[in-house]
Amino acid sequence: MSVTPQFLGRNVFDLDDYSRAEILYILEAAKGMKEINLREYKKIPTLRGKTICTLFVEDSTRTRMSFELAANRLSADVVSFQATVSSLQKGESLQDTVYTLGAMGIDLYCIRHSSPGSPQLVHKYSGKPVINGGDGRHAHPTQALLDIFSIWEKLGSLDGLKITIVGDILNSRVVRSNLIGMKKLGAEVTVCGPRTLMPSGMEEVYGCKVEYNLPRALKDADVVMGLRMQMERMTDGLFPSLEEYSKHYVLSKDTIKYAKKDALIMHPGPMNRGVEILPEIADGKQSIIVEQVANGVAIRMALMFLILGGKA
Amino acid sequence: MKTLIKNGTVYLAGKFRKQDIFLDGTQIRNVSSKLDVKAVEVIDATGLHVFPGFVDIHAHLRDPGHTYKEDIVSGTKAAAHGGITSVCAMPNTDPVVDNIASVDYVQRRAKDLGSCKVYVIGAMTKKSEGLEISEMATMKSDGIVAVSDDGQCVQDAKIMLNCIRYAQNFDLPVIVHPEDYSLSGKGQIHSGKVSTKLGLPGINALAEEIIIMRDIMLAESTGARLHIAHISTAKSIELVRDAKKRGVRVTCEVTPHHLLLTDEACIGFDTNTKMKPPLRSEKDRQACIQALIDGTIDCIATDHAPHADFEKIKEFDHAPFGIIGFETAFVALYHHLVKPGIVSLERIIEAYSLAPARILGLPNNEIKKGNAADLTIVDLNGESTIDEDFILSKSKNTPWMGHTFSGRIKYAIVDGRTTFVDQ
Repeated sequence: MSVTPQFLGRNVFDLDDYSRAEILYILEAAKGMKEINLREYKKIPTLRGKTICTLFVEDSTRTRMSFELAANRLSADVVSFQATVSSLQKGESLQDTVYTLGAMGIDLYCIRHSSPGSPQLVHKYSGKPVINGGDGRHAHPTQALLDIFSIWEKLGSLDGLKITIVGDILNSRVVRSNLIGMKKLGAEVTVCGPRTLMPSGMEEVYGCKVEYNLPRALKDADVVMGLRMQMERMTDGLFPSLEEYSKHYVLSKDTIKYAKKDALIMHPGPMNRGVEILPEIADGKQSIIVEQVANGVAIRMALMFLILGGKA
Repeated sequence: MKTLIKNGTVYLAGKFRKQDIFLDGTQIRNVSSKLDVKAVEVIDATGLHVFPGFVDIHAHLRDPGHTYKEDIVSGTKAAAHGGITSVCAMPNTDPVVDNIASVDYVQRRAKDLGSCKVYVIGAMTKKSEGLEISEMATMKSDGIVAVSDDGQCVQDAKIMLNCIRYAQNFDLPVIVHPEDYSLSGKGQIHSGKVSTKLGLPGINALAEEIIIMRDIMLAESTGARLHIAHISTAKSIELVRDAKKRGVRVTCEVTPHHLLLTDEACIGFDTNTKMKPPLRSEKDRQACIQALIDGTIDCIATDHAPHADFEKIKEFDHAPFGIIGFETAFVALYHHLVKPGIVSLERIIEAYSLAPARILGLPNNEIKKGNAADLTIVDLNGESTIDEDFILSKSKNTPWMGHTFSGRIKYAIVDGRTTFVDQ
């Protein structure tokens, strides 16, 4: 695998900055990485001597593990910074934190933060490339890439596919990044959820369809993605109860029948079984939910490899 | 002190004319096409424009309490640099200006050390908590020109009604920062396409419009005067336009940033595009411009809101709301609205010099014999580059950092005293 220069040193804030061709290139690279992950000895020396920092200012064990595994398998050194046990809770600014980390010689940052735009700040203060591991409800490009990879691997292409995403669209960074990437790869995307959980102007901003009725949204879908419904939304007054939400928006045998017979079922996790998805669907033949997690490591390896210019 | 301003293009009774102006002491002694008097100082204004000094009725000088952001000395210096000769200071300092000791402090500091006149706006409720009416009559006898809980909009309609009626009793204008907090909530920027894309919580335009609707109705039912601060949406303007037609005694102001920028400026997460009310849509911006032209919007005010660098470099949703405005207001408006022929220079002067003084009952500041010598002299052919060195304010939080505007303030003169001169 040869490194294409246009990836070297680049940030991954969101997928806006990446062309269709570049996204496809990343998917190809991830395919190679996935093979490595299936070996008995899951490690290549390509990023030896590079230091990657996972800077997590919002809890996420799974995403952090995925980034760290990806870095480890490329033989990079990994340091982990978690705000819950760190100086950020003592009032240190993100700027000072990044200056401190920078002094230790970090080559690449993978950041998770509850504030939209914080990856841009980390880049501004560090001068180093940054991979956004989720910033508030703004973007989650590695999740989108792994979702897209999972579909691409199964179906060969996203061109002309009908993809339906169901749930709390308002608070989902996964949806926002997926919409950008999926549209670039030629898919038709429909988002579905109650009006109180639907941000304004979705059609204009993303060129997607908006549906409030689940059966209509699922009609003829090739891919169906459920999103995690969080309890906090109920106390925010956006819907009355999980039970009522579930009655209208759960992915079940009854509702999924409106989609194509062999439609892929996806979920970025963690799942609320019985709320947005029933076990019969989450664990069913069409589900690729577990594979998505495996693909996450491959996608993150591919990005680290391309950005840091690893040697094949 | 006697000063002769020679050969300037002077704004007189709505028109520009070549005139000389003779200042004697604190007053304008004479305005005429050719004056030959022995003056101590002569300002050659050939090629320059002379305006009645700008009057900014909405500003935060941060003094007392937040003097690391700004103080009365730096704030009035920055104002003079922007051609402003009178500033109205909002009371949201620490302590809140809700008592005569605080009013005295601001007035005395400004009188002793200020580079422009400072008029004090008193808090409408005690500590601006929105619960009990402040001693506004006592503060008025001490010199306040209006009452406002700017930035702490009174949410309880009954309390607001009482404030309006009580202020009416003492002929004090009430200034409202219209914001329903149940609707604006944790919002960071205007609720619309940009907030959807950036994943930032939106501030619904309704948060502003519902309070404007409420307060117009309160003013209408009482016959009291109401001034609406920094109007920003097309619907808000419609509400004011209709109210004025019905004879409600309502006036409103707009900021330069709401006339010149939209929420698109927030893409890129520059915290110097974060303020309240937020930058709105292009449709709203166009409505603001039209309303300024047709007079629905009465005046321009900066809402100068300094914040220190260490506060503004934070994550977008952790940074405070507000931007500075004194030093960019006129040149930005001249560059983007006057020069391209969208708004006349006369209208800007009317809305930024004369109307604001009228609205708050400040002394008439037209350029004429007997009036205070409060003047701004501007070189419309010059330019201003907004950078760290240009800005005299203690804080540099402006979305226009690095921009170059046509127009340059050459002099600010307050009571006959030159408070700013472009060296």
